[in-house]
Amino acid sequence: MIVAEQKPLQAVLEMLRGHRKVLAVGCGTCVSVCFAGGRKEVGVLASALRMARGLDGEPLQVDETSVQRQCEVEYIEALAGGIDAYDAIVSLGCGVGVQYLADRFPGKRVLPALDTKFMGGPTEAGVWEERCQGCGSCILDRTGGVCPISRCAKQLMNGPCGGSKGGRCEVDAGIPCAWQMIWERMEALGRLDELLEIQPPKDWATSRDGGLRRVVREDLRTPRGDAS
Amino acid sequence: MKDPRGFEPQIVAFCCLHCAYAAADLAGGSRCAYPPSIKIIAVPCTGRVDVLHLVKTLEEGADGVLVAGCLPGRCHFQTGNLYARQRVDHVRKLLEEIGLEAERVRMINVSAGMGVQFAELATQMAETIAALGPNPLHTRSAPPAQQDAAVEEMS
Repeated sequence: MIVAEQKPLQAVLEMLRGHRKVLAVGCGTCVSVCFAGGRKEVGVLASALRMARGLDGEPLQVDETSVQRQCEVEYIEALAGGIDAYDAIVSLGCGVGVQYLADRFPGKRVLPALDTKFMGGPTEAGVWEERCQGCGSCILDRTGGVCPISRCAKQLMNGPCGGSKGGRCEVDAGIPCAWQMIWERMEALGRLDELLEIQPPKDWATSRDGGLRRVVREDLRTPRGDAS
Repeated sequence: MKDPRGFEPQIVAFCCLHCAYAAADLAGGSRCAYPPSIKIIAVPCTGRVDVLHLVKTLEEGADGVLVAGCLPGRCHFQTGNLYARQRVDHVRKLLEEIGLEAERVRMINVSAGMGVQFAELATQMAETIAALGPNPLHTRSAPPAQQDAAVEEMS
């Protein structure tokens, strides 16, 4: 899932300075599951904003709603009917959701209430950890299902480095060394010999190089041209 | 409990049915007085009390909110009271960000047999809130929120 965290209340209040009536929009997918921007979080944030502004003597109307997914136009279309009544939209979606709302409602200011953090999952109740950086070229088959791109501070392809001590990373003793984990997993799989092969430098062309990335599936696109 | 200005704090108390609710009952049965302005809401466990309940209660104008659960280690559902305390702590921090006093929300722990202590803690809470004064949102409330207004207009 995409893991996000609410911005400090003061940061959201600052963005809302001058606005009088806004719509807070939650998202029912990733940010709902990580308790950052679901229906309940919309309720708490909206309440907090109304109270803070009420105390400042500048009342703010914050209406509350949530859609199943902010990152698909079909779901946010449901907001179109009443959107004209608002000065601005406060999105509790991830950065993708904010941009989809801004695209769909270009005349409205869309403000992010969350900081989008990473792709990951919960490791225990209330704790989420990064697992994927979306590098565009997965190597988990060679690393026993542990990603050195997202979990090794140096993103090493042939680790571990000299900073691995007692299975912990030198960057922070709270971070397990990804390459230690890779070694242990490969050992358990009986495939340690594969780690002796030197991996070439990673081709980052599929990652952040070259600007906006796009996935195209011709078999799924809306057919164009003559249907006869 | 009124202060010299005639302010009688309105306090909502979410009381666990297994302990604090029975303690409040025992206080009454034992003729142990506590302020009548404490409005008790029975919950099956304080673990049921959400951040949203606490925040909305204050937004709607309560002067204080009390969450009364079982003694640590004695929760009928093992850890509901511990979750409740974490949520209360979270809301207290949020209240400071909002500009309200954190003391307006408090968690207490009692057993079903602690009627006298419940009355004492409830009285203490009423005194704390009386000292803080009325919830300032009471007199300066924001326009009421519309939930799902935009979506409903579409459907």
